[in-house]
Amino acid sequence: MKKLVSSVLAASMVLSLAACGSSASSAAESTAASSEASSTAATAEAGEGSGTYTGTPIKIGGIGPITGGAAVYGQAVKNAEELAVKEINAANGSDVFEWKFEDDEHDAEKSVNAYNTLKDWGLQILAGPVTTTPSLAVAAETANDNMFMMTPSASAVDVINTGDNVFQICFTDPNQGVASADYIADNQLATKVGIIYDSSDAYSRGIHDKFQAEAAEKGLEIVADEAFTADNKSDLSTQVAKCQEAGADLVFLPIYYQEASQILIVANKTGYTPTFFGCDGMDGILAIEGFDTSLAEGLMLLTPFAADAQDEKTQAFVTAYVDAYGDTPNQFAADAYDVIYAIYEAVLAGNINGDMDASEICEVLKTQFTSMSFDGLTGEGMTWDASGAVSKSPKAVVIKDGAYAAM
Amino acid sequence: MNLKNLNRSTKSNIITFGIVIGFYLLIQILSAAGMVTNSFAGQLVPICAYVVMAVSLNLTVGMLGELSLGHAGFMSVGAFAGTLVWVTLYDTAFPKPAALLLAFVVGGVVAGIFGFLVGIPVLRLSGDYLAIVTLAFGEIVKNFMNACNLGIDSKGLHFSLKDTASLNLDADGKVLINGAMGITGIKKASTFTIGIVLVIITLAVIINLVNSRAGRAITSIRDNEIAARSVGIPITKYKLMAFVTSAVFAGMAGVLYSLNYSSLVAKKFDYNTSILILVFVVLGGIGNLRGSVIAATVLTVLPELLRSMNDYRMLIYAIVLIVVMIFNQSPQMIAMRKRLTARFRKDAAGKAPKKNKKEAA
Amino acid sequence: MQFFSYLINGISLGSVYALIALGYTMVYGIAKMLNFAHGDVIMIGSYVVFFAFGSAGLNPVLAIVLSMIVCTVLGVVVERVAYRPLREAPSLAVLITAIGVSYLLQQVAQLSWSSNPKSFTSVVSGMQPVSLFGGQLTISAETIVTIIACVVIMIVLMWFVNYTPAGHAMLAVSEDRGAAQLMGVNVNGTISLTFAIGSALAAVAGALLCSSYPTLQPTTGAMPGIKAFVAAVFGGIGSIPGAFVGGILLGIIENLSKAYISTQLSDAIVFLVLVVVLIVKPTGLLGKKVNVKV
Repeated sequence: MKKLVSSVLAASMVLSLAACGSSASSAAESTAASSEASSTAATAEAGEGSGTYTGTPIKIGGIGPITGGAAVYGQAVKNAEELAVKEINAANGSDVFEWKFEDDEHDAEKSVNAYNTLKDWGLQILAGPVTTTPSLAVAAETANDNMFMMTPSASAVDVINTGDNVFQICFTDPNQGVASADYIADNQLATKVGIIYDSSDAYSRGIHDKFQAEAAEKGLEIVADEAFTADNKSDLSTQVAKCQEAGADLVFLPIYYQEASQILIVANKTGYTPTFFGCDGMDGILAIEGFDTSLAEGLMLLTPFAADAQDEKTQAFVTAYVDAYGDTPNQFAADAYDVIYAIYEAVLAGNINGDMDASEICEVLKTQFTSMSFDGLTGEGMTWDASGAVSKSPKAVVIKDGAYAAM
Repeated sequence: MNLKNLNRSTKSNIITFGIVIGFYLLIQILSAAGMVTNSFAGQLVPICAYVVMAVSLNLTVGMLGELSLGHAGFMSVGAFAGTLVWVTLYDTAFPKPAALLLAFVVGGVVAGIFGFLVGIPVLRLSGDYLAIVTLAFGEIVKNFMNACNLGIDSKGLHFSLKDTASLNLDADGKVLINGAMGITGIKKASTFTIGIVLVIITLAVIINLVNSRAGRAITSIRDNEIAARSVGIPITKYKLMAFVTSAVFAGMAGVLYSLNYSSLVAKKFDYNTSILILVFVVLGGIGNLRGSVIAATVLTVLPELLRSMNDYRMLIYAIVLIVVMIFNQSPQMIAMRKRLTARFRKDAAGKAPKKNKKEAA
Repeated sequence: MQFFSYLINGISLGSVYALIALGYTMVYGIAKMLNFAHGDVIMIGSYVVFFAFGSAGLNPVLAIVLSMIVCTVLGVVVERVAYRPLREAPSLAVLITAIGVSYLLQQVAQLSWSSNPKSFTSVVSGMQPVSLFGGQLTISAETIVTIIACVVIMIVLMWFVNYTPAGHAMLAVSEDRGAAQLMGVNVNGTISLTFAIGSALAAVAGALLCSSYPTLQPTTGAMPGIKAFVAAVFGGIGSIPGAFVGGILLGIIENLSKAYISTQLSDAIVFLVLVVVLIVKPTGLLGKKVNVKV
């Protein structure tokens, strides 16, 4: 029965993909064709599309793990940045950005090396790094150089606190932890809450700590608070069993989707059926190859991006991404795509030119970002405060019939 | 001084120090001329740290002849101890150079204490079983530091293995170690000059130790433990001496490394880092200190030079590693190299014979 | 009752470790080298099963057989190209080469199949779990199959080593390589055979590892590989029953410390127990005591 459901779901997904594929593959072709025939998708993405850039191309660089254990996140960011830069350059007719991406293996030392390599290349704006620990190290360097840095996905508050040149496009960890606890309490989803998180990961820990504090204030009872680490994550059955034993009727999972998929499988095997609630790292769970998506039925998550949202922007992005790289983009890709477009808008609005030096560009971008409002894939009307934190509202979605549905 | 009258090991040591100092001077001249790239300049401090790590591990692996797979564990405890000292003293009136020196001393001492603790099982184990104990030590340190939370407030230090919330800090409290996020907001203090000074100190101490009575005792344990014991060499004392010295310098290298970045996480010092250091030692030649210095430098720079290869970077690195290992260590290859160099020497007859790089035993 | 459920989780994990450890211990016992690439051969094997069974819909048994063939070829080729030239070199050199091979396999996997995680379909998904005490205790089909596979493989290996000519050759090579050669044993052939068997075991281990713990990535083999290595040492490296006992015990210790002490520190506890065991019994639980003479 389960197999039947999942195959029907898979078939319907394939159909829907094929459907949007036909409409937007033309968009991708025209992107390749460049110049005037610039794709409708690309212009739509560029927001107002205010004016054409004519100056020297600006050198923009990205940093992220494209080898090693965290490669999946870095690869998504790399692809999306490349896609966005290509679209912008094509839509503009001449090159706005010159783009380069360096690997950091999710390691602070390698990330600083990558940043230095990019500086040798002539870096003017940094769109990275992807993960938190490397970002902390690189942020200290960029603050020193007064180089504008916007990270797509390093969500710890410490990253933006390093300097006023550092901006985030993702939610901060505390923001997500508090929003999740508030959402659960306000909608009375549960009274007894279990948490399973990755204590060796800065992202997961950051959300966990704030969730814990906010849950206590909102009167949620945390009955099980279980951790795992990068080394012992292959077996998560004991953590699930402990939540079950404690009688948690909601399990909060501030973790990435790979581990979450494992938890769902284990829970299914032992017949444990609480509500599972995740954060933005959960996005991507439906796209895991081989994963039985029926297990994710009823999973709730707060995410700024859902790959199967029906709005035009998301559709155009997802199709172009699938065409170019063969995978469904996740939230990392969407955030990275927004980073490039947000910088593009700021560049146009601030009359930035590639002949300016990095520090001048940084000053202009700082004033632009703190005063502008940006509509992207991951939120409408995003604004930034002087600390570099973004203000956008997370959407709560639930997985229904193998797809995201708004709640 | 007449160079010819010096014995071979002294001459070799002078060459080693000459390479290090020459490298330092070269970099200083080049950077004054603006010819050093940002990328290379940024690697100088890590290179020094890795050189110290490789040289100190060579004491255990090359001189004592025991395989250690947990050298990064010593680096980790040293880094955390030294960085804590630096972070807490930075905002006080304590003079900065003294605080820095104290950080290095504390890092070294703490790592030395751990070296002593790990050294105890060494007395009972050998070979692969010892390797496993050192691997276990590195993993224990990593997991413990990942779970470790430390905070300070007016009431003193607070410690928890669960999360920062259970530290129960007062409002004025400050979290020093935040679990997996480690220590953040470190003010950078390491410079290339400090790094080179540490390299020279390490080389001087270890070369002296190796050439001393104690050093000969240590190598005799490596060559034949039972024979060494039977002539009355106190095995325990010398094994521990080698282990502790090695750990002290690893701890100092950890301090040097961590003070070069704004954040310090325990994950960096995992099994892979221990292996990386071991690769430096083996590629440089087991027991060959100069080889360790060169191998650590080359292998730290190599992955950066391969950046233009993009996705294939680490693939090429892996292939280079295998090929170099086979070329350097395979008996057939060594024999072939010897034949080639013999022919070369015949051609160059008349010139002063160059001393061949010491082959790994 | 909860205790037994944790215990079963532990045995389930332990049986996977044991299966991997058998491969480690075979290679170590005979070739006297730590094959750090073993975990990555497991990962390659898992990918083969994933594509053959999960994607192409092949019969699970055929998929595993296919994976065994691929892994065997891979193991023998790696041995021939990377390890054999270093047979007479210091053991550290081989160790580093094995690590190089491990990096290489991971990179090849990443370049071929991307780093996106795959969710592995259990090869025994058709089988029902066993329910005990009116459903209070469930033992998954994966656990049962893994334990049975482990015991069967252990017995077959012990029989093979002790009662066949090829097995005797292995024992001889393990005892004294030089003397074995003088007695007419084909040392290179025997070591190749050992790698073939070890790699075929890795394929089975990979299929069962990923059936129990389904996330498949290029780094999947690394950590279980190290843990299994620890298990092999724990039981006494080179000893076939030792690998089994060590694996099971390691899994139980890991899960019970997760359940009753700390989920964050379970690995630290596992390694601490290992250190203590080795201090008390320096050659592991079932290891042979070696007397060194001058």
